[in-house]
Amino acid sequence: MREVASEVLILGAGPAGLAAAAAAAEAGARVDVIEGNRSPGGQIWRPEGATEAHPTTRRWQQRLLRTGVRVHLETTVVAADGPRCIYTVCGGEMSRFRTSRLVLATGSRELFLPFPGWTLPGVTGVGGLQALVKSGWPIEGKRVVVAGSGPLLLAVADSLRRRGAKLLLIAEQAPRRAVVRLARQLWRSPRKAIQALGLMARLVQVPMRYACWPLRATGDECVRSVLLQGSDGSIELECDALACGFGLVPEIAIAAYLGCDVECGAMSVDAQQQSSVPGVYGAGEITGVGGVELAVAEGAVAGTAAAGARVPVRWLARRDRQQAFVSHLDRAFALRPELRRLAAPETIVCRCEDVAFEALAGAESARAAKLATRCGMGSCQGRVCGPATRFLFGWHHDRVRPPFFPVPMAALAAIGTVQPSSANPACYQTFTMDC
Amino acid sequence: MSLPDVLVVGGGIVGAACALELAREGHRVEVLERGFTGCGTTATAMGHIIVLHDSQAQFRLTRWSQELWSALADELPGEVEVDRCGCIWIASEESQMDWVRDKAALYRSHGIEVEVLDSLGLAQAEPSLRPNLAGGLRMREDLVLYPPAAARWLVQRAVDAGATIRTGVSVRRVSGAGATLDDGSTRAAGCVVDAAGTKALELLPEPIPGLQFRPRKGHLAITDRGPRRCWHQLAEIGYLASAHTHAQTSVAFNVQPRRTGQVLVGSSRQYDRHDTRVEPEILARMLRRAIEFIPALAEMRVTRTWTGLRPATDDRLPLIGPVPGHSGLYLATGHEGLGITTSLGTGRLIADMVAGRSSAIDPAPYRLDRCLEPQA
Repeated sequence: MREVASEVLILGAGPAGLAAAAAAAEAGARVDVIEGNRSPGGQIWRPEGATEAHPTTRRWQQRLLRTGVRVHLETTVVAADGPRCIYTVCGGEMSRFRTSRLVLATGSRELFLPFPGWTLPGVTGVGGLQALVKSGWPIEGKRVVVAGSGPLLLAVADSLRRRGAKLLLIAEQAPRRAVVRLARQLWRSPRKAIQALGLMARLVQVPMRYACWPLRATGDECVRSVLLQGSDGSIELECDALACGFGLVPEIAIAAYLGCDVECGAMSVDAQQQSSVPGVYGAGEITGVGGVELAVAEGAVAGTAAAGARVPVRWLARRDRQQAFVSHLDRAFALRPELRRLAAPETIVCRCEDVAFEALAGAESARAAKLATRCGMGSCQGRVCGPATRFLFGWHHDRVRPPFFPVPMAALAAIGTVQPSSANPACYQTFTMDC
Repeated sequence: MSLPDVLVVGGGIVGAACALELAREGHRVEVLERGFTGCGTTATAMGHIIVLHDSQAQFRLTRWSQELWSALADELPGEVEVDRCGCIWIASEESQMDWVRDKAALYRSHGIEVEVLDSLGLAQAEPSLRPNLAGGLRMREDLVLYPPAAARWLVQRAVDAGATIRTGVSVRRVSGAGATLDDGSTRAAGCVVDAAGTKALELLPEPIPGLQFRPRKGHLAITDRGPRRCWHQLAEIGYLASAHTHAQTSVAFNVQPRRTGQVLVGSSRQYDRHDTRVEPEILARMLRRAIEFIPALAEMRVTRTWTGLRPATDDRLPLIGPVPGHSGLYLATGHEGLGITTSLGTGRLIADMVAGRSSAIDPAPYRLDRCLEPQA
């Protein structure tokens, strides 16, 4: 096991993590960033293909390079012994990071809701399909339906369109009036307004329906068609791919494990982005899903505060302005109760352990259901079915325990073993190296 | 609600077994469970139904209980996941083979099907084990099941026999005439069986000098699915030595196969820990021990870990019987790491005691009076 000493340790190198790293380092702290992916930038600044970093990420790289931030890529947080002792695995090797402050910038993940046929090949998440396509999955000429809820539908539809997908429909479950009400708030954020207008202009050829959601996907080896509920009856569309996402949920597992207060599925933080556990900060979607500008603003505040420096008032104000938009977003894209009734009794809810909806209905809690059916015990550790059952049944999450991600036993077994400090350099990746 | 004849406090596997035996005899039984059936120590257990012989008393209770489980095995539904995988006690060194041969002779004399494996025999039975182990003792009748499902099934059978279960009901105090609930209300009954596991002694009307146990914390880990690595429950003979140390933290190799190819990995023992936090360093020690025995485990991914607190008595025998000075109050706890096995025997003993008749085995070694005076 390797030992690494840090002052401010940041988990996640998406927009919030990068902003926190830059701010903390510029305030004089020794900063380490842990990132599971091959390149920084998170989901939003995901690089195209296997090549280089997203242009925006590159600008951040320049900034981090100047301040000596160490970024540990392809490194996964697997366990913790309190907030000052974080265990990670990179290339099968265990490291222990000792740190005085911790910034959680672990982002969010997509909410999937079960409906008949959602487990068919060809049915993916919205962000999931985008990631697939960015890594080279051929989409050109394919007939695609994008369904679910939230701004991500449009952003992903646009990126699929650019790669030659034939978009048959964007189905947004929220009613049109709710989205219009949200659009009226856009003047508060000119940047968002410009983005939204650009998106709408580029997608003007794509049919878009509000108050429309998937009822059933059918196919044999692969999805062939999707039946959707619209305001004027149901519609059936033949398609080659169905991308479904019902919004994003904060990735709070590590925060919950460390004992940070969680409210409505998001990590609670104070004005300095500090959680209920002293020394543990949160930035970005972990504190509530609000988009990239808010994530960057929160990251800057969290990084500065974690480094022990005074946060400039205008940074706080910028964060607060962005924050105001979040509640409008939540309200506009609130999920309709009909979505709780999409699953048929035999529809699989937990894909890892093949647990059907009917086996879960009536259980008193997530833990009771888990012990009775093994729902959430599989290799995704409940990341998919957990948020779904929270929406479907109102269950609270079961306790989080290490490992936070499945990890080879040899790596976990290395915890506490002493190893000469000649560390494996493969795990030290900084922006000076081309990775 | 009419008054129950017997109130069983605790819906873990021990309480469930007591409820079933009492309901079968026609008692009106009510089970009070603070969470849901099998949610406590039962949910964290490995689920072995094994025979052990640390003492004559332990042997009698485990053997009898195993016979009771075997008689039930065909009735148990699929979700209880009964696996007649057997168990191999592994001798790492030649010196442990004396133990293997002694135990084999003893178990055979009681008609138990066992087999002495030499180094080659062990390697053939379990090819994933590291080479050059001395041998092992194969217990063919040992089996494994999924404890929370077993507890639910026992409760369901008790309900079929007329019992009722109230979940989400927390008990603050018990007496020979009923229980006081956390909300201050009382539930009267003809007699009370306190089967509240690690909480059982806290519920008694007053502390009874000499009557005590210490929570013993254990860690477990389970791997992702994969090619099967083992076919029996495997435990090092050192596990038994580890089980005897009261003072310090110890780990021992003890794994169970799952039909899915998953491997359940134990075990650790820590005394006087009251929190159920997974401790990374203890977990790692336990996993290192497992990899020493099955090197291929190193590559398997660990998906979940957890801990459990077992009520451990000083003499390593459970506390089963009437509470002195409190007529009508019975205790059924202190089963430490053998509660899944010995639950059925415990249920029978309690039913016999309530009925005032003798049992198939002598209940004296498990009765509470043994704790009250130092034994000769």
